[in-house]
Amino acid sequence: MADVTITAPATDAAEQADHSALHRTLFIAMAALLVVLPFIPVVGYPFFLMKVLCFALFACAFNLMLGYGGLLSFGHAAYFGFASYAAAYTAKHWGLTPEVSILLGTASGAVLGLAFGALAIRRQGIYFAMITLALAQMVYFFSLQAPGFTGGEDGIQAVPRNALFGVVPLGNDTITYYLVAAIFFVGVLLIYRIIHSPFGQVLKAIRDNEARAVSLGYRVNQYKLAVFVLSASLAGLAGATKAIAMQLASLTDVHWSMSGEVVLMTLVGGMGTVFGPIVGAAVIISMQNFLAGLGAWVTVVQGVIFVICVLVFREGIVGVIGKWLKKPL
Amino acid sequence: MFELLGIPPQALFGQLLLGLINGSFYAILSLGLAVIFGLLNIINFTHGAQYMMGAFISWMLLNWLGIGYWPSLLLAPVVAGVSGVIIERLLLQRLYHLDHLYGLLLTFGLALIIQGLFRNYFGSSGLPYQIPAELRGGQNLGFMFLPNYRAWVVVASLVVCLATWFVIEKTRLGAYLRAATENPTLTQAFGINVPLLITLTYGFGVGLAAFAGVLAAPIYSVNPNMGADLIIVVFAVVVIGGMGSILGAIVTGFGLGIIEGLTKVFYPEASATVIFIIMAIVLLVKPAGLFGRTA
Repeated sequence: MADVTITAPATDAAEQADHSALHRTLFIAMAALLVVLPFIPVVGYPFFLMKVLCFALFACAFNLMLGYGGLLSFGHAAYFGFASYAAAYTAKHWGLTPEVSILLGTASGAVLGLAFGALAIRRQGIYFAMITLALAQMVYFFSLQAPGFTGGEDGIQAVPRNALFGVVPLGNDTITYYLVAAIFFVGVLLIYRIIHSPFGQVLKAIRDNEARAVSLGYRVNQYKLAVFVLSASLAGLAGATKAIAMQLASLTDVHWSMSGEVVLMTLVGGMGTVFGPIVGAAVIISMQNFLAGLGAWVTVVQGVIFVICVLVFREGIVGVIGKWLKKPL
Repeated sequence: MFELLGIPPQALFGQLLLGLINGSFYAILSLGLAVIFGLLNIINFTHGAQYMMGAFISWMLLNWLGIGYWPSLLLAPVVAGVSGVIIERLLLQRLYHLDHLYGLLLTFGLALIIQGLFRNYFGSSGLPYQIPAELRGGQNLGFMFLPNYRAWVVVASLVVCLATWFVIEKTRLGAYLRAATENPTLTQAFGINVPLLITLTYGFGVGLAAFAGVLAAPIYSVNPNMGADLIIVVFAVVVIGGMGSILGAIVTGFGLGIIEGLTKVFYPEASATVIFIIMAIVLLVKPAGLFGRTA
């Protein structure tokens, strides 16, 4: 997996502290941006912003596995979509409050991730990608055939936004936006923390040289499974939040094309970077909004971006910026 | 009329035949994937789109140029194969020094492009393709009615699969191919043009997919999405069988098709997922796949 490596190892403690300071500044700037975004004209539609943030969190969760674990899952739509069904169902039919629905959705993503992860880590590389894709397709067929739970072709529409904690009404899009922004921010901080923990370091070691990590005595499969479950749970968190924010859970969320989209977002933004998937999600969702009138051409454009990224732009937007600044972002 | 476990024999054998036909498509497609993976180390995600192209090329040959089924059985794979050669020379060749995953991502992008273009031009409702006059009608076997065309599809796929096996395992060209799969550098040192071999192999694999597409055209409607879901099932077939053995790919393909057909009779709800469930079981019991070499 040497080619996926983008972050150069920090040579000394001073440099490391330098990077941490930069990252702290960037996180503070991001928090400030999240607060003021709804008031900025042109982009300030809460509905659009919520969509971007949900997909950005989804892409960050996916990147945790690909960029830092070196594991290409081609079936992340399963956790995203299944969690979004779980959250939508519990909010609509059981009348649960948003935070409980979202937690239940996240938990369903985690359980699914544990089951699928345990199977998929039995094979490596290309097989791993094919297995995750096939298992996700199974979830898609299940969603298609269980209309009692998923609403079949219609999906679960008009998901109610019940009062948060039973007290704070999510009356309009702006209030809901701040809930989504808070979840997104905490999610990304958590991912940042995971990446920079000792666990994250072992993960990167496995990505760069699995045989060596084994020889150093690490139980590689346990680490892989752990990052798989973490990634699936966070993807579930994104999906569940999306179901409440967009008030919709549909078959699109579990389809393989969604798994492809999240790969594309991560690739465009820069895999193995903290901020890349966020930028990538913003770019791809904006592009989809912008080209919405073109119908099936959107697929063609996405395919072309895929091909160009793989051929000449493997570092992604943030990866290239990081290279200019000579700092890992 | 006798009944088997409460299932009328017409239904049982009808689904069995349909399963056998799906199985022959699985076999041809997983064979192509295995041959390409062996030499290029790339999982060809475009395979489903290329299968669809085969069906569309034969439809275009018939409706635009008036060329019928029999010539297009040869022409469509050749045209698709040439497009594959171009893809390999222009794009794939640049990825061989990189991780395998980039090949998967690139071919995924190509599949999106090809399927999107066909959907724009032809819509997604599907176009009819007539069964050739020679193969219309069928045989009454007493216990079931056997449509001639379906019998032909099974026989033709078997012949193509076995011919591919013969070429790879028993001829000089196949020996070169196996040598290049094992050790490309050494093979090149012996004076064999490995880059050309790689290009032709990709073209051949694409041709196989297109051939399956031509066979499928009269059975299923010619549809831009016909390969999109199929390729995922074929991936599961490849995981189950392992890509190490040619005969293994053929046996797994046909076997899983039959199992899928039987599931349609006895428990239709699971027919779409049965292959994925088998894949999960195989991963638990024998992670390398039924015919896989343990790495």
